[in-house]
Amino acid sequence: MAVCVAVIAKENYPLYIRSAPTENELKFHYMVHTSLDVVDEKISAMGKALVDQRELYLGLLYPTEDYKVYGYVTNSKVKFVMVVDSSNTALRDNEIRSMFRKLHNSYTDVMCNPFYNPGDRIQSRAFDNMVTSMMIQVC
Amino acid sequence: MADVVLFEFLHAEMVAELGARDPDPGPGGQKRSLSVLEGTGFRVGQALGERLPRETFREELDVLKFLCRDLWVAVFQKQMDGLCTNHQGTYVLQDNSFPLLIPMALGLQYLEDAPKFLAFTCGLLRGTLRTLGFQSLVTSSVATLPACKFQVEIRKS
Repeated sequence: MAVCVAVIAKENYPLYIRSAPTENELKFHYMVHTSLDVVDEKISAMGKALVDQRELYLGLLYPTEDYKVYGYVTNSKVKFVMVVDSSNTALRDNEIRSMFRKLHNSYTDVMCNPFYNPGDRIQSRAFDNMVTSMMIQVC
Repeated sequence: MADVVLFEFLHAEMVAELGARDPDPGPGGQKRSLSVLEGTGFRVGQALGERLPRETFREELDVLKFLCRDLWVAVFQKQMDGLCTNHQGTYVLQDNSFPLLIPMALGLQYLEDAPKFLAFTCGLLRGTLRTLGFQSLVTSSVATLPACKFQVEIRKS
């Protein structure tokens, strides 16, 4: 169950950030901000290693005692960052991957919306609903 | 097959509408309608650049190959006929029978009106490149209908 979901633009400013309402939101904003460094490191490491298959899914960025942070980057260098509860050990890699795939599909839909200007904050209700379904998912 | 023709009709109407609107037939009025068309193509290109790619791109040439194959097939149901490059950021994409020009004429008739029909596609290419991370300048040229060339210059930032 995701505790915080963030969409970061190529220029490293947030397009969308939402956390579970009961927690201290500022803490999550700070975690997402620090995870951007790890994301950049992984992207540049992939470029230098010249791996044949560059993955979009970045995997576990870093674990803390309460939470784990996962990352995903699209072709257009838009980053998705997801913070999940560490106590929820039932969440497997595949499930995280499928959550990111859903996020990517919804983001693509937002981009194709003619009323959306690329670079603005995401205000689409459909996107909100999809994120809500990810955050209240019971495993 | 009906779907292809719908886009061609819509595109032809867009060009006609934007061209007919301005009362001042001088070069100023025409430039504005061309840039409106190009801007429309740009926004469509941005959305397509997000939706179409199936794999990650390792370098610039891969992105251009994606434009010539996947993007062209998705929009015009055929691949681009030729791609040339000078390996320094300039690419020439050659299409020998561009679908938006075929209904008009074969040969040299309507040569001076042809650029209006290419503005949208130039914007499309520029928008897709922008989403994939490249600032570019796209221009087009027509020697004989329906063959046309698109010059793409990638700006190093």
